[in-house]
Amino acid sequence: MKLITNCFLALATLFIFHSKTNSYTSQDPLKESIERGREIYTDFCMSCHLPNGEGVENVYPPLAKSDYLIKNHEASIRGIKYGQQGEIVVNGKTYNSNMAALGLSDDEVADVMNYITNSWGNKNDKIVTIEEVSKVKK
Amino acid sequence: MKKIHSLLIIVFIAINACAQQTDSEIKAKEPNNLSYTTELVVPELSIPWGMAFLPDGSMLITEKSGELIHFKNGVKTTIEGVPEVYVRGQGGLLDIEIHPDYKNNGWIYITYASSEGEGDGGNTALIRAKLIDNTLVELQQLYKAGPNTKKGQHWGSRIEFDNDGYLYFSIGDRGNRDVNPQDITRDCGKIYRLNDDGSIPNDNPFIDTENAKTAIFSYGHRNPQGMAKNPFTGAIWVNEHGPKGGDEINIIEKGKNFGWPVISYGINYSGTSFTDITEKEGMEQPLFYWVPSIAPSGMAIVSSKKYPDWETNVLVGSLKFKYLERLILENNEVVKREKLFEDIGRVRNVVQAPDGFIYIAVEGKGIYKIVHQE
Repeated sequence: MKLITNCFLALATLFIFHSKTNSYTSQDPLKESIERGREIYTDFCMSCHLPNGEGVENVYPPLAKSDYLIKNHEASIRGIKYGQQGEIVVNGKTYNSNMAALGLSDDEVADVMNYITNSWGNKNDKIVTIEEVSKVKK
Repeated sequence: MKKIHSLLIIVFIAINACAQQTDSEIKAKEPNNLSYTTELVVPELSIPWGMAFLPDGSMLITEKSGELIHFKNGVKTTIEGVPEVYVRGQGGLLDIEIHPDYKNNGWIYITYASSEGEGDGGNTALIRAKLIDNTLVELQQLYKAGPNTKKGQHWGSRIEFDNDGYLYFSIGDRGNRDVNPQDITRDCGKIYRLNDDGSIPNDNPFIDTENAKTAIFSYGHRNPQGMAKNPFTGAIWVNEHGPKGGDEINIIEKGKNFGWPVISYGINYSGTSFTDITEKEGMEQPLFYWVPSIAPSGMAIVSSKKYPDWETNVLVGSLKFKYLERLILENNEVVKREKLFEDIGRVRNVVQAPDGFIYIAVEGKGIYKIVHQE
């Protein structure tokens, strides 16, 4: 029964998400960036961080409601841009995996940042721009 | 009433969409009285994808980021002349192998993500070259898959030679699941077989098939990142990543279809299913499948006398669960699985070297040698 409930919830969320997507107007740069970021996420991030950003406990840190992501904007951009190594603490848990540089261009990093900071309960109204990403150095 | 109706329909769809999976029958367990331990031999590596051992005992190591390292007498030297690598997603500098007759001909084989050719993005390429004065020389491109794509997923790749001197290498489906793996007129989602000079053997399975990529040896693969010659039978074994569940071990055979994505024990990352069937006539069953996925990379089949109790066992790195898996087989059936060196880190590669020792490459750490516990 729990499974059914979970499935139902997941699906309902999906429906809501879809209807939301359809109503996006083409004039909102943040929403457009989020949409492009969703594609990047599916391609480059999802196999480890999973479709709803919950990650894998003790292996791949969560992005959904991640205090690290919310508080460490620049470090998060740096991690996506150049790869992430060494210990980080996310929601009280220490992670020490190795994420390789993904080879994304600055606009793609901005898009995926806008997607992950505005999904699964995360909220960030201030758009991450290409300029901001380009200024983040190793 | 209408509301309840549509609710019921949604529930019905939801039940069907969230596929149920059965876990692997044999579970991985912690070993009892493990008599081996690891000794770090090459420290400070990032993603050591491939390793090859030269006759002088030194080691060539590929870093996914594009660096080729020669490790000799405790010193790392960066090799020049490495082709430009298209580092994107899971792509980068990938596997490295030496020719079985390296002593006489000096050929080194490398697979990597290359943006050469038409179109944006990249695809997997195979080259060979010789190492002289810390530089790759006489470089020849033997294969370049197409088309280029900006997708980040599933480049493969591993290289292996069989007893007849044929070269095998893998390319994953490049994130184009429904187009590439089942189509033999397209690259990707394949194991390829070439002669050592890159020419196509005239008994390759699709040599006379119109428009086929004639280098293809087997197809219907998702993303093989482990490949080993079975030292006892000479057969080529691979392991490949499934999506959520459904990683597989396969013994490659000429012209065979390994089923991806028509048959699979895996489901989408989102929990929905993409196929209802796990078997079909004309498609091969895996020798073993993992549910849940361990994210397998690298493979070795133990024949070394240094590990007498491991003889014939299959070793596979687990990226996800950060251990080395030992699979014990009887008549090509897995009967026991063990998690070795748990929490060592993401195990990218495992090789039985000519010195008889087994080496494992761990991301963010380096290369370890497996030795007897004192």
